[in-house]
Formats: sequence, structure tokens, C-alpha cells
Amino acid sequence: MPLQDLEKIFEDKIENEIKIEPKDWMPDAYRKTNIRQISQHAHSEVVGMLPEGNWISRAPSLKRKAILIAKVQDEAGHGLYLYSSAETLGSSRDEMVADLHSGKAKYSSIFNYPSLTWADMGAIGWLVDGAAILNQVMLCRTSYGPYARAMVRICKEESFHQRQGFESLLVLSRGTDEQKAMCQDAINRWWWPSLMMFGPRDSESTNSDQSMKWKIKRKTNDELRQQFVDMAVMQVKVLGMTLPDPYLKWNEERKHYDFGEINWDEFWNVVKGNGPCNKQRLAARNKAHDEGAWVREAAIAYAEKKSNQNKQEAA
Amino acid sequence: MKIHISKYYYGDIPEEKAGGFQDQKSNVDKNSWPLWEVFVRSKQGLDHKHVGSLHATDPVMAIENARDVYTRRQEGVSIWVVESKFITASNPEEAGELYEPAADKIYRHPTFYELPDEVGHM
Amino acid sequence: MNNSLIDYVLHLADNSLILAQRNAEWCGHGPILEQDIAITNISLDLLGQSRNFYQHAATLIGNDATEDSLAYLRTEREFKNCLLVEQPNGDWGQTILRQFFFSAYQFLLYEKLQAHKDEQLAAIAAKALKEVTYHMRWSSEWVIRLGDGTTESHERMTKAIDELWRYTGELFMAADYEKKSGIDVSLLKDVWMKKVESVFEEATLSVPEKTFMQNGGKTGVHTEHLGYILTELQYLQRTYPGAEW
Repeated sequence: MPLQDLEKIFEDKIENEIKIEPKDWMPDAYRKTNIRQISQHAHSEVVGMLPEGNWISRAPSLKRKAILIAKVQDEAGHGLYLYSSAETLGSSRDEMVADLHSGKAKYSSIFNYPSLTWADMGAIGWLVDGAAILNQVMLCRTSYGPYARAMVRICKEESFHQRQGFESLLVLSRGTDEQKAMCQDAINRWWWPSLMMFGPRDSESTNSDQSMKWKIKRKTNDELRQQFVDMAVMQVKVLGMTLPDPYLKWNEERKHYDFGEINWDEFWNVVKGNGPCNKQRLAARNKAHDEGAWVREAAIAYAEKKSNQNKQEAA
Repeated sequence: MKIHISKYYYGDIPEEKAGGFQDQKSNVDKNSWPLWEVFVRSKQGLDHKHVGSLHATDPVMAIENARDVYTRRQEGVSIWVVESKFITASNPEEAGELYEPAADKIYRHPTFYELPDEVGHM
Repeated sequence: MNNSLIDYVLHLADNSLILAQRNAEWCGHGPILEQDIAITNISLDLLGQSRNFYQHAATLIGNDATEDSLAYLRTEREFKNCLLVEQPNGDWGQTILRQFFFSAYQFLLYEKLQAHKDEQLAAIAAKALKEVTYHMRWSSEWVIRLGDGTTESHERMTKAIDELWRYTGELFMAADYEKKSGIDVSLLKDVWMKKVESVFEEATLSVPEKTFMQNGGKTGVHTEHLGYILTELQYLQRTYPGAEW
């Protein structure tokens, strides 16, 4: 079939909301964009295990410990679903992981901030997972079938993550003065990085946006960010806490909350590797991978040995 | 086809903007584990449904990994795994010749037949 | 109040909690994503068991005892877990070997405990037995895989056996509270040994010759590791006494 026809079929599917599936013809750039986005999303899940895993051993009650372990384990599962859907595009998990470990591939910058107190577990659940969920709900309708299906599965499991985070903060907000202070401090530290998770402002870009056209993305950064701010302003009242932004104000005309300017220098610095924990996060992933090498090698060697034995017995 | 990707999203930072420390160690694992496709029967009476894939060294490990990864919330009562390389998929470009002939065989569908009401449910 | 029964239930709870805490250290650091999830699952199972035991102990103790007061406010000398479960994770080989030794023991123990005259204890054991059956299967497969994998993995397993074997004897040396309220663990030893021998044989590993066996954990005389485990585990409860979380 001539290339123009294939492109036409592809564009028609996108136009008519028909999912693109692994064996369908797709433009190279569509494939690459998806591999990059899905694998970065997977890396974010896996690196995201570290700041929270950090508090598993110190969780303040057995119930909280169980919830936290289950949650961090879910993130491993989500990373795996995502790697699995990226693999349908012809990129192996090994390649993707190697790119993460070499520093070539990126992951969400939010995980380069440290988790300093127990209240951070609540703040991450409420704000970071809350921001991620907005993205992920949107991605359930993304045009690439395996990615959309992974997102549906993930969203189903994620709903408990944000709820447990908020509930955990709620308990702190009703606790001792020290707990209240811990709660406010965590919100102060995680608020701005959470807003940064949505990426640069829409006005930064002047070119046409291919990701939106291809329906890989379905809402702009600013739309999602606004949605997030509007929600958080309501929710923080329930906690009796404040958000660290003096410019936060209801705008009657827009029917949205106005908010202050994000520190974009900080954003790009963290992306470029200068966040408080970039180095530690990558080091931890590399260490786990390197120290696991002999295990992976032995398991495959054993499987090969057994399969050869079976063949010999059959012969 | 001209491609501009100009917005950066959560989990989507373009490489040209990335800097930082690259220790240039990009050796792909030579001992990578094979990929398996996983099918889960969510309850008795239903078909096994494809849920995704995972890596494992042998069928037993693949089943166990599938249990841990895809049924953490009691999503299944039965699991099938098959090494991905053994799956043959139809080619979407042949979809026309494979599936469209069925479109005009409406006599295969029960609603094709009009029966008098007295027959009752059939 | 039956003190030996309380001690016994606490001993069972401590065993599960400390091993859960150790296994959870792997979360986010496993050798491959699939196995990271697997070891974390085992950690969650054990944590669940420990909570059931602590809650039962709290009921037996009465007053204001809770699962958390028992896990978070007892000291090193009051913990009654056996030495094996508090040993460091070491490499993946050492972790799965520790799991195998312990799961094979727990399997035999819970099988018997299902018939304990304390109905609650029997019910907890019956429920946990399903989990433990899987842990034993999973960990024996790993012991075999690594024992009979590569030269390196075989050496590492041999080293792990050398490290952990001396803590296996204690499993079968009954403390007073076990004699009074538990089941006779010395009777489990032969069956356990058979299981270990058969798995080791398939794994091409050898069972050590007579080794001096350490013990003391069951009566609160631990290795130095436990203090650090509890320091982390109990940190928040100790720093903010009485706070709700």
C-alpha cells in the first residue's frame, strides 16, 4: 500500500477515535513519541518508589506500614504495566532501563525532591498522586491502545493512593501541634513541585502540537494545572491548612483560582539533574540493577539448563 | 510529514532539554529474561482475557509473576501464560480479507430469523 | 490471664513482623521488577499475620494494649522473635535462603497450630497457612535456581548457608512458653530437615555438617541487629508519645 494511503488510514483512525494497535501502521514519529512518553512514565513510577519506600521501615503504625508497602508495590506494578505497553512498540525493557540508568531517559522531576518527614507520605499521596491522576485519567483516552488500557488499569488502582494520602494528612491535621506543623510543612514543600509536574505553560510553545493532534495527549498543561489548583484549594480547607501562595485568589470572571508564578528556573534545573536527589535516585536504581545482575544471570542459566535436559530426555 | 513536539508533559521531558550527569554506561543486559503474555480468567465462566506481559525465565516463574503482578487485588481465578515469541498475530492489513467476508453472512446471527411469537424464547 | 499463651502469641507476632520489616527493605531495590513485587508481597503477607497475632495478644492482655503498643513500645529484650528473621538481607541469595528456612518451618508450625485449642490462634494459623505454602514454594524454587544456576550463584548460596545455618537450630529449641502453650517444635525438626535436604539436593547444595547452633531470640537475647531494626521501626511512636497516626 502506498505511504500516503497508510497515513490516511492512520489519520482517519485518530480522527474517528479508533485506537491504534501494535501491528497497525503508524508514523515513525508517533511510535517514537509514544515510546518516549510511555517509558518515561514507567521510569517515573519506578523511581517514584524511592522517596516513599524511604519511609516504609519507619511508618508510625502497622496499618500505615501495610498501606505504604502496598502503595509502593503498586507503583512497581504500574511501572511494569507501562514497560509492557511500551514493549509492544518494539523497544525492549532492557533498552529502556539502560537509558534510564545512563541518565539519557528522563522521569518525572518530582521524585528528585527528598521525603523528609512522615507527613511527606501524606502530601505525596494527596498532591503528587493527585496531579498524576489528572494526567492519567486523561491518558485513559489516549490514542495508542496498549497505553490506554494500561492507564485504565492504573487509574483503577490509583484511586486508593490519593485517598490514603489525604486521609493520612487529615489525621495529622487533627493531631498534636507538632503533627499539625509537620503537615503544613510537608504541604509547603510539595505544593510548588506538584504544580511543576504539569510541565511548562502553554504559551511557551508557538508551534503546532503534534501530541494533541494525535490524541496522545488530550488536555493542555495549563488546563490540567488549573483543574488541579481548583481542586486543591477546596481540599486544603478540609485539612484546615494553607497553600503556600499569596497570589491564590478566586477569579470570578474566569471562574477559576488565579495563582502565583512557578519558579521555572528551579523546574529546568531539576530536569537537568540539579535537583536535591537526582544523583541519589539514579544511584539507587543503578545499584539495584547492578547487584541484581548475578541473580538474573543465574535464573536464565538455570532455565536454559533445565530446558536442555528436557530436550535430551525427550530425544 | 513535519513533526513538532513542543509541549512537555508529566513523564515526557524531551531529551534535548536534559542534561545532568550521564555516566555513559549503556550496556544492555545480555541476560535478559524472555517476555510472556498473560491471560487472566477473572471469574469462573468467563474467557481468559489478555491483561499484559511480563518477564520470566520459565513457565512456572511466569505464572507466579503473573499472580503477583496482575492479580494483586483478586482479579483472577486462573492464569495462562505464553512466551510472546510463540504468538502469531494476524496482519492488520489483511483485516479486509479475513473479517469483512463475515459482514454479509448475517444468517449466522440469530436475529436474522423471524419466528412467530407463539414459539416463545428461543 | 495466661501469661505463657500471651508470650507465645507475641513470639509468633514478632517473628512475622521482623521478617516483614526485613523483606520490605527490598521494596524498590529488587533484582528485577517482577521479583521486587514478589518479595514485597511476602512482606505484606507476613505483616498481615503479625497484625492478627498482635491483635489477638492485645485482646488476651486487655487493658489498653493494641497491636501498635505491642509492636512499637516493647524493647529489644522484650521481643521474642527467633534470631534467623532479624539477620540482615545480605544479597538476594541470603534473603531467599532465610525465607526458605523460615517458610519451611512456618509451614509445619501452622499446620499444627490449626488445631490449637485457642480457637483464634488456630484460625489465624489456618488463614496464614495458604500464604506460607506459597512462600515456601516460591523460596524453594529460588534456592534451586540459584544453587544450580551459575558458578557465582552457587558460591553465593554456599556462603549464605554458611551465614544462616547456625540460626536454624533455634527454631526447634522450645522456650518455656512454647512448651506450656505452644506446640512441640522439636517434633518438626526431622520433617523440616527432610524438606531442606530434598531442596538442597536439587539445588546441588550441601547441608552443613554439625554446626554450633545459636539461640536466645525467643527469650529476648538477640543479635545486635535487632536494636537497629527497632530503632527505625519505633522511631515515630517513641518521638511523639501518644500521638495518633
